[in-house]
Amino acid sequence: MSAFLAVVQRDLRLALRQGSDAALVVAFFVLAVVLFPFGVGPEPQLLARIAAGVVWVTALLAALLSLDRLFQLDYEDGSLEALALTPLSLEALVLAKCLAHWLTTGLPLVLAAPVLAALLQLEGEGYLPLVLAMGLGTPSLSLVGAVGAALTLGARRAGVLLSLLVLPLYIPVLIFGVAAVDQAVAGISILPHLSILAAFLLAALPLAPLAAAAALRSALE
Amino acid sequence: MAHSPETSPLSRFSFSGSGLACRRGGRLVFQGLDFALEAGGALLLTGPNGSGKSSLLRVMAGLTTPSAGSLAWSGAAVAEDLPAHRARLHFVGHLDALKPVLTVSETLGFWAAMRGGARAAVPPALARFHLEPLADLPCRFLSAGQRRRLALARLVASPAPLWLLDEPSTGLDEVSTSDLLAAIARHREAGGMVVAATHADLPLAGAAPLAMQDFAPRRAA
Repeated sequence: MSAFLAVVQRDLRLALRQGSDAALVVAFFVLAVVLFPFGVGPEPQLLARIAAGVVWVTALLAALLSLDRLFQLDYEDGSLEALALTPLSLEALVLAKCLAHWLTTGLPLVLAAPVLAALLQLEGEGYLPLVLAMGLGTPSLSLVGAVGAALTLGARRAGVLLSLLVLPLYIPVLIFGVAAVDQAVAGISILPHLSILAAFLLAALPLAPLAAAAALRSALE
Repeated sequence: MAHSPETSPLSRFSFSGSGLACRRGGRLVFQGLDFALEAGGALLLTGPNGSGKSSLLRVMAGLTTPSAGSLAWSGAAVAEDLPAHRARLHFVGHLDALKPVLTVSETLGFWAAMRGGARAAVPPALARFHLEPLADLPCRFLSAGQRRRLALARLVASPAPLWLLDEPSTGLDEVSTSDLLAAIARHREAGGMVVAATHADLPLAGAAPLAMQDFAPRRAA
């Protein structure tokens, strides 16, 4: 357990000192969302109608931005090999890195989402469901993304390959995340959608580390 | 006499391999390799570039699966319990596994924590390789020799009976090389084992030589 926390602490420290990655992700999120009123026109009804979808799609793309660096830097400087040779299992290592990744990129996205939704004139009933759905959905993005990042480790143009691999897997999170907000605005219960997002997360929690660890093992052979 | 952490008595271990063969990228690197190490023993791997010194070290560490043969630790097959094997070895490869933004003592504290070591073990380990004046310096300011010394300081920051060293003296000056030899001698006195691959003359008292070219695959006529 202390080794697990040591990895989380190290990754957080690296993210805070290097600073660029987390800030970049949020800046991309804000800028991309702000582009939409320019593109589709400033009518409040139209913006309110697409607000949830725009925020979610942009959040997915923003989350992708930092994923290719999840294992890449550790792989290049030998840290990954050294980490693989410590008593901590690779599965636990992946989980620790996902947790740190979510804290530095997913959590800022969740916090920025309501502000951006306000910019897009989202109806008042939609804010809490948006935050809840993103709170449940973004950890899944980090976990599923870790599998893609591990599979594309060492590949040329890993970033592009990673997007092609991971974005289709993000579709369920997108569908139920957007539906939760739309249902809330329409006055229908959002519990089913949040339950499915939670189920997706609960499935990803054990499966993604297993798959990512297997991919890392073959990358380190 | 006071004992520092790495001289804690290690019980009588032995480490051996029989009939080992390794295939890298479809090419057989070595075959029919046997070795045996007793507590306090050392093995010096020599041979030309590409003769499989690093590959053998990776096989010994459990990073690479041998294409034939097996490893045994005190008689028990290593392949049956790789996590336990990882807990008893230190591997120092070509790459130093340092992060540019972490300080010297943070780096060493992290690697010690990964192996269940205590923070208190960090200052003596730094002292052993004359790194105390650099303790609060971020690793990006270190010279190649200083980086190497920090990578080697990991060996003494947390105890492990088996040290696998790949070209450990690369980039080290005379003083640092003698620091390394002293650390190895203390480790062996306490019953630890060392396997080192080297081109340089590494004077390890009573080390068994292992010339890798003797195990090169015989070419079919």
